[in-house]
Amino acid sequence: MVPYIVSTSPHLKIRETISAVMRDVLIALIPAVAAAVYFFGRRALWVILISMASAIAAEFISEKIMKREVTVSDGSAAITGLLLAMVCPPGIPLWIIAIGAAVSIVLGKQVFGGLGYNPFNPALIGRAVLMASWPVAMTTWVTPFDAITTATPLAIAKFNLAQPLPSYWNLFIGNRAGSLGETSALALLLGAAYLLYKKQISWHLPVSFIAAVGLLSSIIGKDPLFNILAGGLILGAFFMATDMVTSPMTGQGKIIFGCGGGILTILIRYKGGFPEGVCYSILIFNMLTPLIDKYTRPQKFGVK
Amino acid sequence: MKALTFSGGVHPSGEKELTCNQDVKVMPPPKMVVIPLLQHTGASCESLVQKGDKVKKGQKIGESRALITAPVHATISGGVKEVRLYNHPLGNKGLAVIIESDGFDQWADDIKRDDNFFRLLPQEIRDKVRDKGVVGLGGAAFPTSVKLTPPADKEINTIIINGCECEPYLTCDHRLLLENYREIIEGLKIIMRLLDVGKGIIAIEDNKLDAIKLLSAVIKMEPNIEVAIVKTKYPQGAEKQLIKALLGCEVPAGKLPFEVGVVVDNVGTAVAIYEALRDNKPLIERIITVTGSGIKEPQNIKVRIGTLFSDIVVFCGGLQGDIAKVIMGGPMMGIAQYTLDVPIIKGTSGILVLTAQDTFAVPAGPCIRCAKCIESCPMDLTPYLYGLYGRMQDYESMGKYDVADCIECGVCAYGCPAKIPLVQYAKWSKMEIAQAKKKKIEKKDKDIK
Ligand code: SF4
Ligand code: SF4
Repeated sequence: MVPYIVSTSPHLKIRETISAVMRDVLIALIPAVAAAVYFFGRRALWVILISMASAIAAEFISEKIMKREVTVSDGSAAITGLLLAMVCPPGIPLWIIAIGAAVSIVLGKQVFGGLGYNPFNPALIGRAVLMASWPVAMTTWVTPFDAITTATPLAIAKFNLAQPLPSYWNLFIGNRAGSLGETSALALLLGAAYLLYKKQISWHLPVSFIAAVGLLSSIIGKDPLFNILAGGLILGAFFMATDMVTSPMTGQGKIIFGCGGGILTILIRYKGGFPEGVCYSILIFNMLTPLIDKYTRPQKFGVK
Repeated sequence: MKALTFSGGVHPSGEKELTCNQDVKVMPPPKMVVIPLLQHTGASCESLVQKGDKVKKGQKIGESRALITAPVHATISGGVKEVRLYNHPLGNKGLAVIIESDGFDQWADDIKRDDNFFRLLPQEIRDKVRDKGVVGLGGAAFPTSVKLTPPADKEINTIIINGCECEPYLTCDHRLLLENYREIIEGLKIIMRLLDVGKGIIAIEDNKLDAIKLLSAVIKMEPNIEVAIVKTKYPQGAEKQLIKALLGCEVPAGKLPFEVGVVVDNVGTAVAIYEALRDNKPLIERIITVTGSGIKEPQNIKVRIGTLFSDIVVFCGGLQGDIAKVIMGGPMMGIAQYTLDVPIIKGTSGILVLTAQDTFAVPAGPCIRCAKCIESCPMDLTPYLYGLYGRMQDYESMGKYDVADCIECGVCAYGCPAKIPLVQYAKWSKMEIAQAKKKKIEKKDKDIK
């Protein structure tokens, strides 16, 4: 008799796998990578490639050491490497970014048990560690095209530096100083549209995050559009905060995360010591995610 | 008219074209049938016959005195070869009556047409429905007489005939709507009269336009019956989801549709009720869909209960290709079989044979918290937690997260990119929880003694 496969229903499953989800995220980041290379030159490409390679290598080695299944092929390490590169200055020394990527994977993800178990966005953990260890390298910014040392628009505004602020248009297309991948809102929004279309992210979190930043800045009398475009908000809201593993699961929870993150961002920008606060806001709300999930669990059918 | 629906659910590919346009063929009675004594939700029957007995078609061969149960009947005439444990399609083995045909296919004497059936009193109707072994034919096989006996304090105001057939591949209800619409309407009218209800709804998914058109035309003369169009979405045919779509109300958690004044019956059940009353005909045959890329001639057939899968497969041209799975029922909730040496039962809606190309075996990965399972769960549960706690065998926590409300529809596991067997965990934990409860009660009994 032929042995047929006996397994529990359902016997049909969608073909999409974890790596397909990750592939969509990578595809969505292509425009931003292209913009980074356009504005900051080949150097940006090197930073990205080194970061991704280091993240993949770190994942491979740590999984080998911990005798776990090697999961580099799911693409999540590549995304972490790419995202870390995007939140670092284009001129960052290559050895520093390599260390950062390895730290992201090992401390941000593998020590917690690998993909799915990490409480914090791994790339942001890497960035936070680099900020603490090499603050100068992490805050040395350059102008697009000619790579002259300069300040970011947020820093110019915050510390009233004697430098002209870029126009809205230049902020929008990315012709300004800043982290490698955060400058071009246009490119980021293109990628975000793709993720929304593919249903890999939902509108709740990014829209509420950005709306909170815009609203709060106009309430305290600051320029909302400037606050939305000048820093890492678009990148953070669409690509960092929406990381599925570390953000709430229901629409309601996502809106809480988004609003909270937006408020915190403005507080840090105007009340804190740093000119930018997206990264830390997201990390703090990553920490609150289990709590948010607990209190926004859907009401089950039949009790309404 | 706008198609109605519920929130959540998924859209698997229907695969219904394989069979939906062919008339139902009658499969000749097989040489041997295997009739399990438990074919329904409830208590098992005890055999009324012994090895060597002669039986006729329609003769009662299994009965129980329990409250929730349904008798079983001989589905061919012949001799009882044996009463013994046999492979059961719901898993494991179950006691079954094995009958060898005498080739005459002779009805039992008491099975005659009764043209005065509409004079029957309500209790007589219920008794007859029970006596003829009618159970829900949509899959769960709940005894119909119980369903037709609402508690005295519940007023029933709507009868829904479920013709959604949301499971992919299956088309037997679709064919029934097209070929037996008269019996369906008569069956519905019997239920409406029995429960003194003024509103009957026949619900059909909008992928069966021909059936919607036909039924809408024939009910023009019936002021109390309407055809409702519901969206093609899985699990649109699940009782609570269907009620929500049609009437907008939610059956309270852990309760039956009685609670909101509704009785839902499958189209096949309506036909069976009608035949039980008018023809005195026990539930000895049903229409099933035999389909899938592993079947040479996919089709709908009318087949005797107790016919072996192997005989049915031969009738449908045999198997083809690299067979991976043989499933009783549809792909979303059906039960995988390890052999063809197993009989169909009253609740069998189809035999689905999938080849290696259809099945998609990827090892389970970690939950990436994508929330797809939460968004699509029709019961608004948090299935990812069943994966989380299931892996740790923490069944108690799963109970806390309402695993009891899970209808095992398979929607969560269907869409999970990490391929986590969420339904398997849910089923396990329900069994574990039930067993723990039983132990507790037993312990209490002992303590009292
Ligand atoms: S669908 Fe699967 S991966 Fe996504 S949250 Fe649910 S269990 Fe996790
Ligand atoms: S948890 Fe249960 S009810 Fe919800 S989708 Fe999964 S199987 Fe269906």
